[in-house]
Amino acid sequence: MTKRIIVDPITRIEGHLRIEVIVDENNVIQDAFSSSTLFRGLETIIKNRDPRDAGLIAQRICGVCTYSHYKAGVTAVEDALGITPPLNALLVRSLMNIALILHDHVVHFYTLHGLDWCDITSALKADPAKAAKVAFKYTDYPLVAGEDELKAVQKRVTDFVKQGALGPFNNGYWGHKTYHFSPEQNLIVLSHYLKLLEIQREAAKMTAIFGAKQPHPQSLTVGGITSVMDVMDPTRLAEWKFKFEKVADFVNRAYYPDLVMAGKAFKDEQSVIKGCGLTNFIAHEEILLSKDHNLLSSGVVLNGDLNKLYPIDENLIKEEVTHSWYQYENTKEVQLQPYDGQTNPNYTGFKDGKSIGPDGKPIQTKLLDLEGKYSWIKSPRYNGMPMEVGPLASVVVGLAAKNPYITKIATQFLKDSGLPIEALFSTLGRTAARCIEAKAIADNGLMTLNSLIENLKSDKATCADYVIDKNKEYKGRYIGQVPRGMLSHWVRIKNGVVENYQAVVPSTWNAGPRDNKGQKGPYEMSLIGTKVADITKPLEIIRTIHSFDPCIACSVHVMDTKGNKIGEYKVDPAFARI
Amino acid sequence: MERQTKDNALFEQISQRLERLSKLSPHNQDKDLNTQLSKKGINRRDFMKWAGMMTATMALPASFVPLTAKAAQIANRIPVIWLHMAECTGCSESLLRTEDPSIDSIIFDYINLEYHETIMAASGYQAEQNLKNAIAKHKGNYILMVEGGIPQGTEYFLTIGADGHTGAEECREAAQGAAAIFAIGTCSSFGGVQAAYPNPSNAQPLSKIINKPIINVPGCPPSEKNIVGNIMYFVMFGTLPAVDAYNRPMWAYGHRIHDLCERRGHFDAGEFVQHFGDENAQNGYCLYKVGCKGPYTFNNCSKLRFNSHTSWPIQAGHGCIGCSEPNFWDTMSPFEEPIGNRLFHTSYDGIGADKTANTVGTVILAATAVGIAAHAVVSSLVKNKDEQ
Repeated sequence: MTKRIIVDPITRIEGHLRIEVIVDENNVIQDAFSSSTLFRGLETIIKNRDPRDAGLIAQRICGVCTYSHYKAGVTAVEDALGITPPLNALLVRSLMNIALILHDHVVHFYTLHGLDWCDITSALKADPAKAAKVAFKYTDYPLVAGEDELKAVQKRVTDFVKQGALGPFNNGYWGHKTYHFSPEQNLIVLSHYLKLLEIQREAAKMTAIFGAKQPHPQSLTVGGITSVMDVMDPTRLAEWKFKFEKVADFVNRAYYPDLVMAGKAFKDEQSVIKGCGLTNFIAHEEILLSKDHNLLSSGVVLNGDLNKLYPIDENLIKEEVTHSWYQYENTKEVQLQPYDGQTNPNYTGFKDGKSIGPDGKPIQTKLLDLEGKYSWIKSPRYNGMPMEVGPLASVVVGLAAKNPYITKIATQFLKDSGLPIEALFSTLGRTAARCIEAKAIADNGLMTLNSLIENLKSDKATCADYVIDKNKEYKGRYIGQVPRGMLSHWVRIKNGVVENYQAVVPSTWNAGPRDNKGQKGPYEMSLIGTKVADITKPLEIIRTIHSFDPCIACSVHVMDTKGNKIGEYKVDPAFARI
Repeated sequence: MERQTKDNALFEQISQRLERLSKLSPHNQDKDLNTQLSKKGINRRDFMKWAGMMTATMALPASFVPLTAKAAQIANRIPVIWLHMAECTGCSESLLRTEDPSIDSIIFDYINLEYHETIMAASGYQAEQNLKNAIAKHKGNYILMVEGGIPQGTEYFLTIGADGHTGAEECREAAQGAAAIFAIGTCSSFGGVQAAYPNPSNAQPLSKIINKPIINVPGCPPSEKNIVGNIMYFVMFGTLPAVDAYNRPMWAYGHRIHDLCERRGHFDAGEFVQHFGDENAQNGYCLYKVGCKGPYTFNNCSKLRFNSHTSWPIQAGHGCIGCSEPNFWDTMSPFEEPIGNRLFHTSYDGIGADKTANTVGTVILAATAVGIAAHAVVSSLVKNKDEQ
């Protein structure tokens, strides 16, 4: 007898996500379905606007990946117009990217994912003196893990819990049997969780130094960057450097040791170590260290075979909507290349049916229509195949490409945690890969700053000149690697305005529904085979889904509203009154 | 003298408010502030420094500092429910960047954050229970903060929870028992980016969804100080702050960006960046001619900046895009061209440019635009004359 479990809302993510799984009599997941339940339509909004505004609007796709879409939007337009920004601008953009990726990864592990690994109630029972000794097992210089510090953290949280108002900690899956840290290890992670809230502020300031603010920086322009005064100011460069060192220090003395600790503690926990199902990966090079040298590698790895690396053919990137709440019109194609992408909404809603309620008994609820459409996310495919993107893909591709930066740290991690290389292809591996990527950036990111300082000695250019010819048609794209994986933005320009705009974002690759051949995406594949210990507390499900770092507003696509002719502009008086 | 009397009355009002608040089912039995602070690991000197800063931020006299401190101390008795609608989570991210007070002290010491999807541990049914319980338990006493626009008409553009209820339903339910409601960010204040033409999801501001007074805290995102400052304002006064025509608190949105801009001297002197990357950009000249919307935008960015005073758009050489103004995605674009140089909605290639001119807001904006443009041109001419 199978049962349906619904988890909605999936919290500690960006956006709105619903997961439904079907479990057998042993509570092992037989099938899984991922659905985004929000539609916004930003790509339609970019259409018919000034191409110079594309980056600013595209950025509002997400306030977490805030800089990723800004850079992508601006770069896609530059690609279309045939502009290469000056090296100073490219290096500053890279500095901002370094800041964002570092920020994102540490925030993800502690704020968004940490409570899936760390049981706070257990931390309160720890012996701080013992915990301080435990911390030295994983690093020679533990951060905020001395006896006094751990004691203070424990007291602070204990006092908070005693007040009876648990705030964000209320109703977590505390005491769940798949938590495997000892009370002392939990206390160490809790201490880092609190420290991170301070560190992430510093990391955000790194973006703001050259970007005005974070989230939603505002210093890129088609052709280059605008923060020329900050770039030419040695005190600003130094400010960036010192903040970088502070964040890098956190990565080396807290984040990395905690992941090694997790690797050892969870190595026998099937729900995080069992294979991820889909083992096709795609990643793009990124993070300019110097003129022609990137930190991360490009390529495609199929079936987890690290001995073969295929180059990316961008024409093979397509999206389909068989199980998405959209329909393609005026075409027989099932999959469309993003330059010609279309997104006409076709909402078919939920079905009524039975699922497992909060007390474990069947109740009548809304269910996803598994045979029909069930998500606002499209299904991107590479050469017809679903692919996983993200830090795990970046590490897998890096290993296949024999990228020295990635290989060194990934090898070190496997050695330190005692995990076999196969363990990378799992929930635990995905979480570790994010840390490996962060450490590669923390260990090498200053190269970018040094390249900039060197270049500024002889070159002051920050912006390239260009014209947008209204009589010409242009098309261009950005493809790159951002915190959640490979991102591409595709733009066509006609009559001096944006004619079509499509963003194929990391969470679309990972969170999309099945395609017309029934091929499932990475979220769905990764859940199948997982045993759920307690169906009323599906911690295993959210832990695996969180390992992808879902960012759902990004993956929610466009519509071209019928009846809204592009050539006409109307303002509804009701809006104008506001 | 009159000012003095007014201040005294205000002081009295806040004191009474705090007195009432402190009687609200206290979580802490210990009433002594110093003990409270040291218990929480906060240095009193740093705390008072913060209180001074917050008092100044809210444009209150320095004599109010002790009240701010006291307000902060008892603020943890105010439950907060934060809902996510059609949004990008940028406003939540902005809240996380708050430094004085830090986000951990806000959560642990000042407010009781009952529901916030980005940081709460619970998921699924457990999350829904948290919301339901908070609404019931704190009826009439909680602050509701909403981030994001709300799809209306086709409300199923956003559903939440196993039973697939809509975002609009969630807002209406949570609004009923709220003591105060804040629309955080331009999306919930005015519809935001998803409501920009052609508004594919029919996204609406919160004020179109519920019939209760709402304080708008716009910005894309609002600075961390504007978000936290509003919580403090409510705690102190127990009423909603004075607002402008768009329901924005005057303490934060009372002045134009232009009024306190660090490049204002260059504007008056007629010194402008002509295009990004030119020599004038390196000299930090005024950004009006590359599209700065500071003269038409009401916000305190030029005073408080972002990320604990690290920077703000004009410092970074880009110019303001007017993100705290209603419909700015349509009325202020293209963002890298001055308003005074064009008709509205050239973003649509000039098609139907004059169709919007019959709306009051736009007329005011357009009039301002003409005035500003005239000033910019005149000062530019004067400058050129001097150079000759």
